[in-house]
Amino acid sequence: MKALAEYVIRHADDNLILAQRLSEYVAHAPELEEDLAIANIALDHLGVATHLLNYAAALIGDDRTGDDLAFLRNEREFTNLLLVEQPNGDFAHIIVRQFLFDAYQHALWPMLSRSTDSTVAGIAGKAAKEAAYHVRHSRGWLIRLGDGTRESHTRTQTAVDDLWRFVDELFAGDDLDTEMATAGIGAAPAQLRAAWDTTVDSVLSEATLSRGAEESVRLGGRTGFHTEHLGHLLAEMQWMQRAYPGLEW
Amino acid sequence: MTVSELFDALEAVVDPEIPVLTIADLGILRDVTENRDGSVVVTITPTYSGCPAMDHLRTEIEQVLLRHGRDRVEVITTFDPPWTTEWMTPEGRDKLTEYGVAPPRLDTAAAIVCPRCSDVSTRLVSEFGSTACKALRVCSSCGEPFDHFKEH
Repeated sequence: MKALAEYVIRHADDNLILAQRLSEYVAHAPELEEDLAIANIALDHLGVATHLLNYAAALIGDDRTGDDLAFLRNEREFTNLLLVEQPNGDFAHIIVRQFLFDAYQHALWPMLSRSTDSTVAGIAGKAAKEAAYHVRHSRGWLIRLGDGTRESHTRTQTAVDDLWRFVDELFAGDDLDTEMATAGIGAAPAQLRAAWDTTVDSVLSEATLSRGAEESVRLGGRTGFHTEHLGHLLAEMQWMQRAYPGLEW
Repeated sequence: MTVSELFDALEAVVDPEIPVLTIADLGILRDVTENRDGSVVVTITPTYSGCPAMDHLRTEIEQVLLRHGRDRVEVITTFDPPWTTEWMTPEGRDKLTEYGVAPPRLDTAAAIVCPRCSDVSTRLVSEFGSTACKALRVCSSCGEPFDHFKEH
């Protein structure tokens, strides 16, 4: 597969899988406004994924569409980060997962909006504005929960501790990242780390929370080696197209 | 019909979520061109990444042009430059206010004005409203809740 298509797909997959996770949570949020927020954020991620997958399909140039890439690839062909496929826990867990990822995309999209590839730049330029919204939302909740009651603090710190092993993968990078960054198309993940650290440390501090332990680091999403949760997510997401191929409504 | 007449005809296509606004008011309709063989190419740009209205608009555009005798239509989506609420026409902004939605501001330091009583003291209820493009606010003067079309 062309390198650019592969690069576009990994970012599409991050957004597609997180959109699916957030959609699972719709109608379960602690208050109505929050339910709307989660649904809206899921829609933003789904929109970015759709635009990127359609672009990837055009780049690949066989007869597959963006929808085919979403619904007819197997687990090993998905290259999303492990963080976004982690199952929904309590509300604190969902907010922590979202915040860690929002802070990452908040650093990523502005860089990609300067991509030499005009389609990537255009999609990223739009997504950058949305990511700024998202991080403001998840940041606000993280502070309320962390600096809230003893119960909410404990639950939020537990979520940070649980999810921290997936953080390093956001910045690990591989040969494809290097190739795309060198070509001026992509962003070197390691370059996003400083901005992410600044955002995350200041918010954790305001939320009276601390970083998780730097151990048991998990990698593999970018090469298709996932945690056991992705298969179950795909089973639900892809079921209808697998059972009734080509179904439209 | 000339290309500019076709452009005008496409003004009939309205946003399904905010039916007072046409795709021209919104700045979604970027370009209409005609190929030598008579086929028409319409270029649109999405508003929000996940705006569910885009598929609907694509179909509507084809329908309107079909009614004007053009059956070979290609609708292209462009992302560059990315859409911004700054492209919304002054007429579009006025129509939004009349419709009860506070329009996106050109200067984000300016106050968000209540579309019902024009008072400037309003407060945010939720950053996420009934659609991706709107936030929910309430007027401190008349007490009415209203949507604000967010700057993007």
